[in-house]
Amino acid sequence: MRQHWRLLLRLLPAAVLLAAISPAHAQEITSMDGFRGMPLVYPKFVIDNLWILIAAALVFVMHLGFATLESGLTRQKNTVNILFKNVFIICAGILTYALTGFNTMYPGDFNGFLAILGPIGFSDEVANLTAAYADYTYWADFIFQAMFAATAATIVSGAVAERVKLTGFMVYAAILVAFCYPVAGSWKWGGGWLDAMGFYDFAGSSIVHAFGGFSALAAVLVLGPRIGKYTADGQVRPILGHSMPLATIGVFLLWLGWFGFNGGSVLSADPGAVALVFVTTSLAAAAGGLASIVTSMAYLKKPDITMALNGILAGLVGITAGADSVTWTGAILIGLIAGVIVVFSIVLIDRLRVDDPVGAISVHGVCGVWGTVAVGLFSTNPEHTVGVQIAGTLSYAVFAFVVSFVLATLVKHTLGLRVSAEEEDEGLDLGEHGQPAYADFQYIAN
Amino acid sequence: MVKIEAYLRPASLEKVQQALAEIGIAGLSVLEVRGFGRQRGHREVYRGAEYTLDFVPKIKVEVAVREVDRQQAVDAIVEASKTGQTGDGKVFVVPVQEAVRVRTGETGDSAL
Repeated sequence: MRQHWRLLLRLLPAAVLLAAISPAHAQEITSMDGFRGMPLVYPKFVIDNLWILIAAALVFVMHLGFATLESGLTRQKNTVNILFKNVFIICAGILTYALTGFNTMYPGDFNGFLAILGPIGFSDEVANLTAAYADYTYWADFIFQAMFAATAATIVSGAVAERVKLTGFMVYAAILVAFCYPVAGSWKWGGGWLDAMGFYDFAGSSIVHAFGGFSALAAVLVLGPRIGKYTADGQVRPILGHSMPLATIGVFLLWLGWFGFNGGSVLSADPGAVALVFVTTSLAAAAGGLASIVTSMAYLKKPDITMALNGILAGLVGITAGADSVTWTGAILIGLIAGVIVVFSIVLIDRLRVDDPVGAISVHGVCGVWGTVAVGLFSTNPEHTVGVQIAGTLSYAVFAFVVSFVLATLVKHTLGLRVSAEEEDEGLDLGEHGQPAYADFQYIAN
Repeated sequence: MVKIEAYLRPASLEKVQQALAEIGIAGLSVLEVRGFGRQRGHREVYRGAEYTLDFVPKIKVEVAVREVDRQQAVDAIVEASKTGQTGDGKVFVVPVQEAVRVRTGETGDSAL
């Protein structure tokens, strides 16, 4: 009897599915009430939409992760400035994304390269709030993508920290997030020319991370290194970050946020796909962290916590392009390689006199490129090829570098991009904000 | 009356405090300082680049004692903080002209 019950229970959902879904699919969605009355279709829509919203909230937390990571890896005299930039970017990012970014990134029918469009719009309920739009509502789509948008500029914020002038950076970041990122994003996610080529970037190893990383590289080249980072004879003089606990909190928050960043990019609550993406994302993060730990201990003769943290991020950035299309073993390999690359990249970039206090160029730029190319190597989908992946990621790297270089140079010659040497010595907290980060603590300036 | 100023390893504070308490010296001040002597700085690595930590974290213990307790107190501090490695620190003894207990107005040795 029990057995029968179980069998019946197992068959029941399938039977209901067959009975209910088929007519629903055949049915046209003509009104909100009609849509709500569709058995299984409407509940599925509710769950998918809810997952996108949860994912959006998780991606939002990543901005706190960036703020704490960047604060931790820089000196305490510049902490307020770092936090201020991160606060500004999320505010400016969401607003500009509503005013132009979203429609510029998803322009619908366009020439494939460039279509700068106006604000978000809402035509009618059925078109925007039902499965006629997607597996989620228009609003969920907007807020999820808006949380992504500010990320690209946030990546730059860490690399230019401790000497960039606040007003100059605000203008640079606002233009980058309002126009440059959405235009680049439209090439793939908006259905542009890279999409037509068969380029694949699941959640943005190139579109978000390599874009941010190579923007950062150009900005740092225009800006120059921090005072005291290099001696007169060209030796590297490390400038220590002031709070390893803050940096660690930041990386754990970023890992948490990445469940939304990658998991939400499934664009539905599809059980298999979302669960696989959670697994590949975490395995790559773990492999990246472990690879960095081993590389740091073997090559640098030191178990450097900042390298372990950068390794986790390297794994996360690396898996982002292919999180839904590699096996769990592929994810581990992608993370391991990213974790090794990032240590050597950070040391090399340092020695090339490119001063990146938080390692953003290596983590997001170099590992973003690696992750995108890795799709061509590890994807289970035979349509993903190494050649197209390389072409796509280089397009993003070159575009980001060029627009950022031009933008930073323009800002440098108008508003000014760098604070005075006196202000840099005193700290940007007092210089730009007149506000120390830890007012009640005794401190010895370093 | 003398003041003993001892520059020591931070780790030795607890032992020094105990040693002084054992010979009946109640009350000392401790300051966090940075400096170097023969130990010089450390070579360290941060994110793959070497640097010298020129000023090493130390503590400075200050304690005022009666002339008769002077040798015993210095010996107690030295014994409690000695590891035999460079960087153990130094102890200075300086004369004190006067001492006043704020609460009662007592002066001299009875103020200690």
